Parts: sequence; C-alpha cells; structure tokens
Amino acid sequence: MYRILQILFVALCLLISAHVVGSRAADDLGVLVDQLGAAKLSDMDDRIAALAKTGDAKVIPVLEALGEGELYQRKSDGKVFLVKAGGADLQLVDPVTGADAGATPKAAMQKVKVNNAVRRAVRSALGGLTLFSEDTGARLKAAQSMLQTPNADALEAIETAIAAEKDGSVRKVLVEARAVTLLVSDRPDDQKRQAIALLAEGNGRNGLAVLTSALATADVSLKPDIEAAIARIEQTQAFWSAGQNVWYGLSLGSVLLLAAIGLAITFGVMGIINMAHGEMVMLGAYTTFLVQEVVRNSYPELFDWSLAIALPLAFLVTGAVGLAIERGVIRFLYGRPLETLLATWGISLILQQSVRSIFGPTNREVGNPSWMSGAFDLGGLTITWNRLWIIVFALAVFAALLFLLKRTSMGLKMRAVTQNRRMASSMGIRTPWVDALTFALGSGIAGMAGVALSQIDNVSPNLGQGYIIDSFMVVVFGGVGNLWGTLVGAFSLGILNKFLEPYAGAVLGKILVLVLIILFIQKKPRGLFALKGRAVEA
Amino acid sequence: MTIKASLTGAFLAAVLSTTALNAAFAADDTIKVGILHSLSGTMAISETTLKDAMLMLIDEQNKKGGLLGKKLEAVVVDPASDWPLFAEKARELVSVDKVSAVFGCWTSVSRKSVLPVFEELNSILFYPVQYEGEESQRNVFYTGAAPNQQAIPAVDYLMANESVERWVLAGTDYVYPRTTNKILEAYLISKGVKPEDIMINYTPFGHSDWQTIVSDIKKFGSAGKKTAVVSTINGDANVPFYKELANQGVKAEDIPVVAFSVGEEELAGLDTGPLVGHLAAWNYFQSVDTPANAEFIKTWKAYTKNDKRVTNDPMEAHYIGFNMWLKAVEKAGTTDTDAVLDAMIGVSVPNLSGGYSTMMPNHHITKPVLIGEIQGDGQFETVWETPGLVVGDEWSDYLPDSKDLISDWRAPMSCGNFNVATGKCGGKGS
Repeated sequence: MYRILQILFVALCLLISAHVVGSRAADDLGVLVDQLGAAKLSDMDDRIAALAKTGDAKVIPVLEALGEGELYQRKSDGKVFLVKAGGADLQLVDPVTGADAGATPKAAMQKVKVNNAVRRAVRSALGGLTLFSEDTGARLKAAQSMLQTPNADALEAIETAIAAEKDGSVRKVLVEARAVTLLVSDRPDDQKRQAIALLAEGNGRNGLAVLTSALATADVSLKPDIEAAIARIEQTQAFWSAGQNVWYGLSLGSVLLLAAIGLAITFGVMGIINMAHGEMVMLGAYTTFLVQEVVRNSYPELFDWSLAIALPLAFLVTGAVGLAIERGVIRFLYGRPLETLLATWGISLILQQSVRSIFGPTNREVGNPSWMSGAFDLGGLTITWNRLWIIVFALAVFAALLFLLKRTSMGLKMRAVTQNRRMASSMGIRTPWVDALTFALGSGIAGMAGVALSQIDNVSPNLGQGYIIDSFMVVVFGGVGNLWGTLVGAFSLGILNKFLEPYAGAVLGKILVLVLIILFIQKKPRGLFALKGRAVEA
Repeated sequence: MTIKASLTGAFLAAVLSTTALNAAFAADDTIKVGILHSLSGTMAISETTLKDAMLMLIDEQNKKGGLLGKKLEAVVVDPASDWPLFAEKARELVSVDKVSAVFGCWTSVSRKSVLPVFEELNSILFYPVQYEGEESQRNVFYTGAAPNQQAIPAVDYLMANESVERWVLAGTDYVYPRTTNKILEAYLISKGVKPEDIMINYTPFGHSDWQTIVSDIKKFGSAGKKTAVVSTINGDANVPFYKELANQGVKAEDIPVVAFSVGEEELAGLDTGPLVGHLAAWNYFQSVDTPANAEFIKTWKAYTKNDKRVTNDPMEAHYIGFNMWLKAVEKAGTTDTDAVLDAMIGVSVPNLSGGYSTMMPNHHITKPVLIGEIQGDGQFETVWETPGLVVGDEWSDYLPDSKDLISDWRAPMSCGNFNVATGKCGGKGS
C-alpha cells in the first residue's frame, strides 16, 4: 500500500515538473515571439536568430508568417499574433499554441515591420530549421536558401542532411550548397579544392559569386584553382548565353508574330493600311481584363482557366468591331489607300479615347495564371513559362490560320477575291461579304494576340500603339501577302534584335534593326518572300 | 439666301458676344486657376489623376469659403501629351482665360516647352513631379523632389542598410534618367565605388521586352558583391519590367530594385505578390500614418466615388503647392503675379507626412525623404526616412557644370543661376 502511494507520488511529481518545464518552454517561446513586435528593424537579426536557436518546430510557422508580413502586434498589450486575412477584421492565431484567438478590427493591430534584411534572416533561419523536414518541397527550399546565402556554421548540418537525403534533386542542390559553404568555412585546403572542382562542373551563378569573393581572401595555393574554375564557368556561361540570345529572339519573334499576323491578313492579303490594328490588340487585352474581373469576383476557382475563356471572347469581340469598321468605313474607301490610312488612324484614336473614358487612363491588372508564372532551368538557360506558352500559342495561331486559308472553302474564297476580284465575283462569290469576313478575321486574330500580350505588357489604352509600327515592319519585311513571310520575318527580326541588344544596347539595337530593314527594302522592295504572278502587278 | 446667311451670322455673333460678356462678368467674382495636365495620349495615364486631385482641392477650398472672399474657378485644358501643345495651351490659359496660377506638366520636356510662355506673360506655374534639377526659374515653383530629395537618399539607404557595392543604373532614354544617372554616377564614384561596379543601361520609351536586360542584371549581380538596381524607368515600361523580374526569379532579398518613378498608381496595374521588398523612394506614401493623410485619402475616395483609388506623391506635391499658393495670395492680398512671387518665399504649410514644408528662395521646397518597400497589397511600407526635412537642391553639387551655381529669387539677388565662383548671375541654363 505504502509502496503504491510512493509510486503515485513520484509519478505525480514527474507529471507536474514535466508540465512546468513544458509550459516554461512555451512561455519562453511566447516571450521571444512577443519580442519580435517590440524590436527595431536593426535588432530583428538577433531576435530571429534567438528564435531559430530554440530549434522548436513551432517557430517555423511564426518565421514564415514574419517573412510574409502576416505577423501583427496588438497595440493594447504588445502581444504578437499570426494573422489570417479575412474580411474587414483580422483573424488572430496564437503563435505558440496555434489556437484561434478571435477576430480584431485592423485599427487595434500593428503589423510587425519587415524589410529585405529581415526577410533574408528569416530565409536563412528557416533553411536551418526545415533542412530535415518531412516535406520534400520544404527541404528543397531549405537547400536552395543554403546555396544562396552560404553560412559556415551550417556546414555540419548540411553534411548530415546529405547523408540522410534520399531525394535526388534535393541531394543535388545540397551537394552544391555544401561546396559553396565549404569555401566560406575554415576547412583544410584539399577539401576546398574538391569543392572548387565541383563548382567548376556546374554553371550556377551562385558558384561564380562565391568563387569570385573567395578569390580575394583565399590562400595563395588555392588561387590558381579558383581562377581556373572561374574561367571554366565563364566559358560555359558564354556558350549558354548564345543559346539564351536565340531563345530571347524566338520569344520576341513570337510576340512580333502575334502582333503582326492579324495585320498579315488585313494589310498583307487585303491591302488595307489598317492603323487601328493595334487597338484591336488593345481591345483583346481589355476583354481579358473583363473576363478576369468576372472570374475573380464570382468564380475564383476558375482563375487558371481565365485565359482560355478570354480567347474566344476576345476573338468574337474584336472580330465584331472589325466587321463594324469594315462595313461602316473601309468598304467605301477600297482603292484609296491614303484615305483608308487617315480614316483608320482616326478610328484608332476614337477607340483609344473611348477605352480611356470607360476604363480610366491607368493600367489595369491582368494576372498570370499559375501555369504562366515563374521559370525553369534548362541547362544554363532560364526559360520563363509565360514566354514559352506565348511561343506555342503564336505557332498554333499561325498553323490554324494557314489551315483556314489553304484548306477551307472560306479560305479559298478569300484568296480568290484578293487575287482577282472581278473574276471571283463572276464565279458567284459574294465579294463584299468575303471582304468583311476577312477583315473581321484579321481583327479577331489581333484580339487573340491581345490576350497573350496582356500577360507580358501593360493593359492600358496605349497598348496598341507600341505594336503597330513593329507589326507593319514585320509584314513589309516578310513580304506582303505571304503568311510564311510573316513567320520568317517575325522570328528573324526577333533574333537579330536580341543578338544586337547585348552589344549595342536596347536603344541603338532598335535603330540598327530599322536601318537594316530600310537597306533590305531598298534591295528587295517586295520583302523576303515576294508574291509572283500577274496578281501582284494588278 | 445671302440675306439669310448674313442674318444667321449676325445672330451667331450676337450670341457669342453675350456669352463672352457673361464670361467677363463671371471673371470678376471668381479667381481662376489653370490646370494643365494631359487627359489624352500617353501621359494621360499619370496626369489625369492630378487633374482630379486639383479639382478636388479647389472644390474643398470653395467649401471653406474660397480665397479673398471670392470663389475659385478651375479652368481645365487638355494638352494631349503633345509637347508644343503644352506651350499653346499655357498661353491660352494665361492670356485668354486670365488664370492667376497654373498647376501642371509632368514630363520635363513639357515643362521646358512652357517655360518661355510663363516668363513672357509673367504668370506662375506649379510643377508637382520629381525631376532632374539643374533649373530654377522665376515663374516656376518646383513642388516635386529634386535629385537630392529622392535619388541620393535612396542610394545612401542601400549603401548603409543593404551594404550594396555594385550598382545597375537602369533608365528610360530621356533627360530625367540621363541627368539623374549622371548625378548618381558622380556621387557613387565620390563614395569610392569603382567604375567597373557601375552598369548603366538605357531603354526606349515603352520598352516591353526586358528579357535580355533582366538576365544581364542577374549576371552582373553574380560577381560576389551585393548588387542593387536603381531604376529611373518611366511609367509604362515598368509593368513588363517588374513582370520579367518576377518571372526570372529576381528576389528583392538578393537584388533589390529601387525605383523613382513607380508609385501607388503604377503598381495598381500589377500583381505585387512576387515584388514584395523591392523599393521606391518618394516624399510621400499613401500608407503614411498621419491624421492629415487619413483625412486626405478619405476626401479623395469620396470625391472620386471610388474606394479603390490610390493617392501618390505628385498628388501630395499639388496639395502642398496649392496650399502654399493660397497662403501667399492671402498674405499678398492680391493674385497679382509679382506680389505673389514675393509672398511665396518662406511660406510654410503642413504636408501629409506629418511635418511642414517650406518654400525656399530657390523655388524648391523642403520635404522628408521616405524609402518604402512594395507590399503584397500594392502599397508601400516605409522602412526608412530622413531624420529631418531635406531642402531641394536645384543645382547638383556632384556635377562639374553646376556645383558652383546657386539660386536665390529674393531681392536683391533675384537670380536663378548665380555663380559663386565668378560672383556673377548667369551660367548654365541662363
């Protein structure tokens, strides 16, 4: 009996002490977190380091919230809370227990200030804390942050992590991070030499940065190795930079192609100098904006599909506007190029100002769907998703248009009318309607281009102006009346521009391209792919 | 037929002269204020807001009883982003509409094109935008920032707080970025930055393909020294620039970008999520937490009937300039140009960031300088500010051409470019 009581007593003691220790740890954490609220920006480094030192997993969400600017201090008692955005009030979450702490009006809370230095400290602290996380994504992020901000103290942790790591991609980053960290540590030279050799293999910019700064402080014996490694990385980068230029050129070319392809129909095939072409692109971009507004307000889960929804709508809207312009103005002006030019220029001003009056003069926000954001590395190339999709889209539009013109009866009629109007008319083709539909098609395609361009450019009433000159340039350079000419013209101008830009600068590069085109047109007035035959002379 | 035509003509003439007379009568009991901002064309994107802000300020003043017992009347003209048209419209405002002062212009070239008009007709212009300096005119009051009130403190901040050692100066190819970058380059070199650690890059207006430049910046930033970008990229080109930065993964923690032409208005067209931490230097942010600012934002949102309209730095400059003009006119007791020009110097009015701004004898004003970081909601958070007010320095001390020049429009000196080395009025810009 006595023995049992004794055991019970001991157990009770243990429980209590465990409880006390536990709550003291929680209290300490709470105090540390609350200190974040009171700290000056310059003291934040130490406070974050103190939090990270606890090694407590509860610190992770706190630091993440701090980095995201979701940590708030209550003005009344200085307590710090995690905050979830929701409506007018702030939803508070206790940072230590993770329990819901009710809602508070915004005015009662003050955001814990963060700046870039704080974000950097958070990033490296989180790197240390999540290096052994269960989640592969978190480990990868941790490894990358170790790679970006090498810290000699973390070297042992990285080595332990490499030994434990099973995932190949994380391991690869960790090995590189170890090499980078080794260079800033005080390990023996032969280990450093290995690290240098490893970095020389890669083409990473992080490696280059660390090697360059290591060069200044390294031992004399190491210097030749480092210099050789730098030279090697620079050589690899020079090789890739040529590839990068080609890629940028293709990407610029695809934008030019998109802008010009509608014009290749209205100007190239029909011969109308359509100065309002750029405004069709602009209307397409505004259609995207409207679609995204509706999607954001009513169906937020469909946001990633918003571009797919906007595409047909933009085609219909701008096609209809194009149809109205052709029926209302242009059809009275066939064969009078100067009047057409002035009339369509007037229309472009009217469209610009009406958009400005309706939507306001400021830029409108068109978001990138998640599949169009960010970039991935392909060898030494950085390829951004939005550019990749725009290239794919431009080529798809080109293929569809080519199919329409060459393989459908509508396309046959279009070509017939533009080649010999009177003959086509006597064969029973309603030439006025073919004209109208061709113009609407060209405008509609410009509208679809606007959907794509809204992803990389401003959505403002001036959007179209930036593209009209380039579009004419591409069509004239490629050869009027030839779709393939537009394709080749767009891509060759894009690549030429991007190869000139690194040497001549953006301003001079553009001037050089224009000069080259002028010289080219002197030599070959009909462009790259000139149409041959009697139709041209008519 | 001819009789009918001439009758109609006479009738029209009669109608016209009565309306002209009406206007003349109206002019007697109102004080006219000219607003010279582009409402169409490329600059409409920035300038339309300033027109609205001016209309609001005039409206508010009329509610308080006007000026000198008279109502204020706004005369709005549209120079349509066309620089020669600015001069024409300015002339129209001063000589036809007889306005007492003009608030307007955005780009430096538009300001330069109206200068001779204001000088010739002896009227007053308030210019609300940050600019490159190197100018001080008798008839112009510069309420925006001079380079030392924006660019130099921003560079100081990056050097002190981010220990930046390598600099990319990127700008649009026109006078403001070129002059500012010249000043900054001279300043950086005077601070011991090596010329090979400075990269200068210019792009055309409305540049939209930033791939090469952003990747150059990344490459420049991988030399083992902390790198920052100082951007004087103008309005429209910023959106594609920031989109490319975000997509290529240039984070503010690694390579911060500090911009002088990006404010709340420009960010309204962007998803700022990926841009958090990039910086801007201004004299005012909408997020500034003062009672005066809260009141201003409330009035602005009510006036525009739009809860999402943002405020920005040039709007504050107009707010300061307009209040200074009111005070000077009250002090002079008249709207006569010469009297107001004299009364303006030394006038001090509250600004929106919780202090007072004073008009200095060089026609520039004192302002605090704020450095803000972009937040996810499209606003800026102030991370640093100058301890006191900074006096606008019209002639930069870092350019060899202008370091000996000063400006003082008080009698007896009354000179915009006094050379302290030769002791004579005149020199660059005379």
